[in-house]
Amino acid sequence: MHLAYPAVLSALLFCTGLYGVLARRNAILVLMSVELMLNAVNLNLVAFDVWLSKAARDTLHSGQALTLFTITIAAAEIGIGLAIVLAVHRNRGTADIDRLRDTAEGHGPDGDDDGDAAAAAKKAEASA
Amino acid sequence: MTPTATAVSVAHATASRGFLSPSGVEVAFVLVGLVTFGAALVSVTTRQLVHAALWLVVALGGLAIEYLLLTAEFIAWVQVLIYVGSVVVLLLFGLMLTKAPIGRSPDADSGNRWAALAVAVAAAAALVWVVVDAFRTTWIDFGGAAAGSTKATGASLFQNWVLPFEALSVLLLAALVGAIVLSRKAKAETNAPPVSRSVNSRTVPGGSPSVPDSRNHPIEGTGREAAQQEGAR
Repeated sequence: MHLAYPAVLSALLFCTGLYGVLARRNAILVLMSVELMLNAVNLNLVAFDVWLSKAARDTLHSGQALTLFTITIAAAEIGIGLAIVLAVHRNRGTADIDRLRDTAEGHGPDGDDDGDAAAAAKKAEASA
Repeated sequence: MTPTATAVSVAHATASRGFLSPSGVEVAFVLVGLVTFGAALVSVTTRQLVHAALWLVVALGGLAIEYLLLTAEFIAWVQVLIYVGSVVVLLLFGLMLTKAPIGRSPDADSGNRWAALAVAVAAAAALVWVVVDAFRTTWIDFGGAAAGSTKATGASLFQNWVLPFEALSVLLLAALVGAIVLSRKAKAETNAPPVSRSVNSRTVPGGSPSVPDSRNHPIEGTGREAAQQEGAR
């Protein structure tokens, strides 16, 4: 198999995930796009590991080991990320990352959020 | 990768294969790749949030088939188990718990989607150009034993990668504890009523401190379930 096929597919999937991360508003959809990017990297790792295990003399199968590690870390990341998103949604009532502007610079207080400081403090202690 | 091996590979490739005569594996790879890429595109552009998660299943399943075509069968089944089995279920639980709208939601994309599209298209063009230019004369040889069989993967994993493997189990334990701690409610100041409790109308605000209310949070169970699936792997 031509090595360019999996490489091109993984590049396209990565850029699809990049678009999703930049363009989506809901935090869970952003997490989905992050999963797409991680999967693109996994496809690259597997393809190059298969190529190297045939082309080189002896390899450590590092590509496949790293793929397993990436899948595991992605599962841990999605668990922690969803817990954080649910905590934010429980405290703020929204999961839209456009409206979570507590740490944004260059803008005044948004004013539409009553108890902003208290909610931010509660969010901080909930995530601590 | 030694230069001699590269030279041998290149000579072998140019001697025996042509770019315009694809093999059956290549045709299958391209077809499944088109399905995967299309599903990924629909998943990041659809305005129905639950449909995005379901299209993500198609994309991840297509990637599992690509792993099988690349003879990495253990990775393929791990992909099916972990991603399709638990990660997408976790995402669907997350969409359900954040009360995502069922139908079309007009504000699924933020205002900077055209800038995001420009960035993504530019990155895709640059990456595809570089990758095709770099690996134009490189071929994967599928002869011999499968590179990613369970035997080969397990041998390398437990001979050369034991220490990262064990460190990863500690990381999973930390993620499990962290998910539980994050998703349970703070118990110390229950006499102070919470500020904005617009969700979770099932829980009674300001209840007595002796009542454990951790049973009201299914994310705790789902996090534990995902970690258990990870551990079982």
